[in-house]
Amino acid sequence: MTQQPIDVASKKETEHVNVMKKANYSVLLQIKKNYSAYLFLLPKLLLFTLFVAIPVVWAFVLSFQEYKVFGSEFAGFDNYIKVFESEAFRIALKNTLLFTVVTVPFGVISALVISSMIFGLGKLSQSLFRSAFYLPSVTSMVIIAMVWRWMYNYEFGLFNYVLGWFGIDQINWLGQSSSALWALIIMQCLIPFGVGIIMYLASMGSISHSLYEAAKIDGASSFKQWLHITIPLLKPTTLYLVLLSTIGSFQVFTQIIMMTGGGPGSATETLVHLIYKTGFRDFEFGLAAAQSVVLFVIILIFSIIQFRVLRHDE
Amino acid sequence: MKKKPYDRFNKLIIYVLLTIFAVVSLLPLYWVFSTSLQLSSYQSKDMERPVSYVDANPPKMYPMGIPLYFEHWSGERDAKKAGNAEEEKYHREMMDHIVDNTFSSFKNLFQKHDVGKWFFNSLYISVVVTAGILLIDSMAGYVLAKKKFPGRNLIFWTIISTMMIPGQVTLVPLFMMIRNFELMDTHWALILPDLSMVFGVFLMRQFMYSIPDELLEAARMDGASEWRTFWTVVLPLAKPGLAALGIFTFMNVWNSFLWPIIVLNSAELYTLPVGLKTLQDANLASFKLLMSGAAIAAIPMIIVFILFQRYFVKGLTLGGVKE
Repeated sequence: MTQQPIDVASKKETEHVNVMKKANYSVLLQIKKNYSAYLFLLPKLLLFTLFVAIPVVWAFVLSFQEYKVFGSEFAGFDNYIKVFESEAFRIALKNTLLFTVVTVPFGVISALVISSMIFGLGKLSQSLFRSAFYLPSVTSMVIIAMVWRWMYNYEFGLFNYVLGWFGIDQINWLGQSSSALWALIIMQCLIPFGVGIIMYLASMGSISHSLYEAAKIDGASSFKQWLHITIPLLKPTTLYLVLLSTIGSFQVFTQIIMMTGGGPGSATETLVHLIYKTGFRDFEFGLAAAQSVVLFVIILIFSIIQFRVLRHDE
Repeated sequence: MKKKPYDRFNKLIIYVLLTIFAVVSLLPLYWVFSTSLQLSSYQSKDMERPVSYVDANPPKMYPMGIPLYFEHWSGERDAKKAGNAEEEKYHREMMDHIVDNTFSSFKNLFQKHDVGKWFFNSLYISVVVTAGILLIDSMAGYVLAKKKFPGRNLIFWTIISTMMIPGQVTLVPLFMMIRNFELMDTHWALILPDLSMVFGVFLMRQFMYSIPDELLEAARMDGASEWRTFWTVVLPLAKPGLAALGIFTFMNVWNSFLWPIIVLNSAELYTLPVGLKTLQDANLASFKLLMSGAAIAAIPMIIVFILFQRYFVKGLTLGGVKE
């Protein structure tokens, strides 16, 4: 569906190249002729250059500098060495990885299962359930984190109360190192992956019905149809969702600062919270920049691996 | 589109499962509203001291004011019938007390804290950024989709490639830049970087492709200027895309948190999420107060969601890379 317009455009483009060759316009003439196009782009280009492009380049430069109030000094790889030698970074990386490894597969799989269940229903129930699962995603994480902190409360929290039904002792969810990170992971798992559900529903709608008809004639059960038709055809969506939620998970921050502040100790320290602390509490700008570059590289590596793995076995 | 038919039994199971999941998923939001309206002090005649239902153990699953209010309401009616004026007056006072107490924290937030101001800050920043993004990004998306000019692909791919870079990378340099411009602790520090977000350019470019070239040609034939063509032909046709982009921009700005807590210092400039964090940090705030603040921050997005549901779906599926 979305493929079409791109095709049309590229066809137009080749036509355009031919026209250009024939008329033999010089580039300057082209620029002059299209000055209005540049004017249209100007506001975005200015903002983009100033607040995106320059800061990105600056981040890399900064990561090789030691920040001083009056003029920074070139520090070579010192910041990077510090990053990799520091215990805090290793713990933050480990926590972030654990968080990602549990919550991303859980989120994507549950989105797949929930949307598969919704898809077969009537129109009204479909949109009702879709709304119920997407609504939490439009709410600020600040709010979600506040209410979960309340629900995890040791004495008055809903969680310990429910556990009491099953005769399980109260747990100091956020207050002890052994459970704090898991409390955050459980919370993330119980917040529905609304984006995933909507994307899956949209992709399921575009699967041709004739495939299922054919499978039915061959006597395949609905579960088999789901396994052998639906899931393989949803692979591009799955890839997109895994990437999206992995990137999101590596950037987990709001829950941390609202619920635990990285503690107790450094039990829930994550990469972005560490960058925040290094930069804006300790004012070690060079080190924070190096940490963020490392975060970028990690995200990049993960994205490439996922692309490879999910593309390969098609 | 035909759907896979479920037989009745399967359908029942699916409804039950989905309802359970949906309840779990909506529970936190319900809890925000329920706690924000919970009774925090209540003392009837036969109680020794006032009770708070906010931090009751076991937790109260719904605002206790509602049943108590009706209790006193019927009490008042009975007293009236029996002609007991004193009893009647007592029940009426209790009803007033319950209503006052149910909404006390909302009143408190606006009177004793800056929540009204924070709400207004969030609102106007979100509106300004959304309006700006819609204009700037549709202009850029339009020429990137419909015009041919040297450097077009270079510009587009440069912009798109930065979508891959996590926002935290630019955090520190952006902070230093804003400080050098002396924009720290101003709303400009929030508005300018938000206006430079690039996702909208990508989305609008995708959307503008679907506008037929013939229409643009026709406008040009009639002698319309580029700007006029854009304003009177392109923008009206791009409305659904603009709606989707507008809603997502509004939502992102309304909910944004990390950058505002870095650049804002003065309480009167806070946006709602930042203000809520300071309320929570102050530790003076009761849970009822915190949850009322959370409710105030959540309500606008819930209303936007209910009103513009289909654009949420459209925005998500437009923005998704599909191969």
